Amino acid sequence: MSGSSSRQEGAGTVAFAAKAAFRTSLPILVGFGFCGFSYGVYMRSLGFEPFFPIIMAMAIFAGSLEFIMASMLAGPFAPLTVFVMSLVVNARHLFYGIAMLDRYRDTGALKPYLIYGLIDETFSILGMGHIPEGADRRWYYFFVTLFNESYWVLSTAVGAFCAGNLPFDTRGIEFVLPALFIAIFVDSWQKEKQHAGSLLGLVVTLLCLIAAGAEYFLLPSMALIVFFLLLFRRKLSSAAGGAQ
Amino acid sequence: MTPVQTAVMIGLAALATQLTRWTPFLLFRRRTPKVISYLGMVLPAAIWGMLVVYCFRHGPLIAESNGLAEALAAAVTAALQAWRRNMALTIAGGTLCYMMLVRIFY
Repeated sequence: MSGSSSRQEGAGTVAFAAKAAFRTSLPILVGFGFCGFSYGVYMRSLGFEPFFPIIMAMAIFAGSLEFIMASMLAGPFAPLTVFVMSLVVNARHLFYGIAMLDRYRDTGALKPYLIYGLIDETFSILGMGHIPEGADRRWYYFFVTLFNESYWVLSTAVGAFCAGNLPFDTRGIEFVLPALFIAIFVDSWQKEKQHAGSLLGLVVTLLCLIAAGAEYFLLPSMALIVFFLLLFRRKLSSAAGGAQ
Repeated sequence: MTPVQTAVMIGLAALATQLTRWTPFLLFRRRTPKVISYLGMVLPAAIWGMLVVYCFRHGPLIAESNGLAEALAAAVTAALQAWRRNMALTIAGGTLCYMMLVRIFY
């Protein structure tokens, strides 16, 4: 990466940054260990071969979306719904990118990988802006991203390959999907100052489900949610602005 | 679905995800459009609500269930998150609770 003036020192710098990144990313291993494992088991319980969750963990690399994709892949072919769903579920990533614009500016050849791997957990570590003392900033970014991805892909693979040989019956493991979104929903509910957005999502989707049925309610729900958010923009942005 | 259709679905999900990650670096170098920052701020909360409903779009998760196990496990999951605020613990606790309930009830 940097100049070839001192290869010895370069290797030491990289190793030091890797160690620092391993220490700060360790808590992510615990959370991903469980979620990735359940994701692998869940995909198998839907009848997919082990390589599906592993490929998806690397290609999509967005935990909550992968869980939704699992259930969508078990249904009919719906390319537009999948595309729009992926955009709205991951819209929050726009924010991470905006926040990291300047910090990633000088990362050179590492930059494409850093952008590809800018998931919630990586942003939760790097977004704070703290770099462990003595660690090279760019390599530290790289290893936090790499370790988080490894935790996710490895725990998914372990779940996918162990699924058939678990010492217990996995009946009811389907609940991991609602549990994930109820947890995120409650977490987001507790952090927000006003609940108009959360309630809007629940109510609009429920009405669309009743009106359009389980096969077709997602696209109208997403369209109406964006429509109402834009309609009440003035009100909602002043309320949200007060929260910042 | 055919294998090609499955691959297309996975590819589109990957493409859309990468779009949300690359857009700021490719387009918003100087200035982020206000409507994008606004949507980035308010959209997630609404989408989490949508996804909770999505999970129960077919009603109960397993055929034998009348919905009681789902309602109880959902309440336990929400309470666990509100109380401990630990995402991994909540997901594990909620899922185990449901796995236990379906064994007791059905």
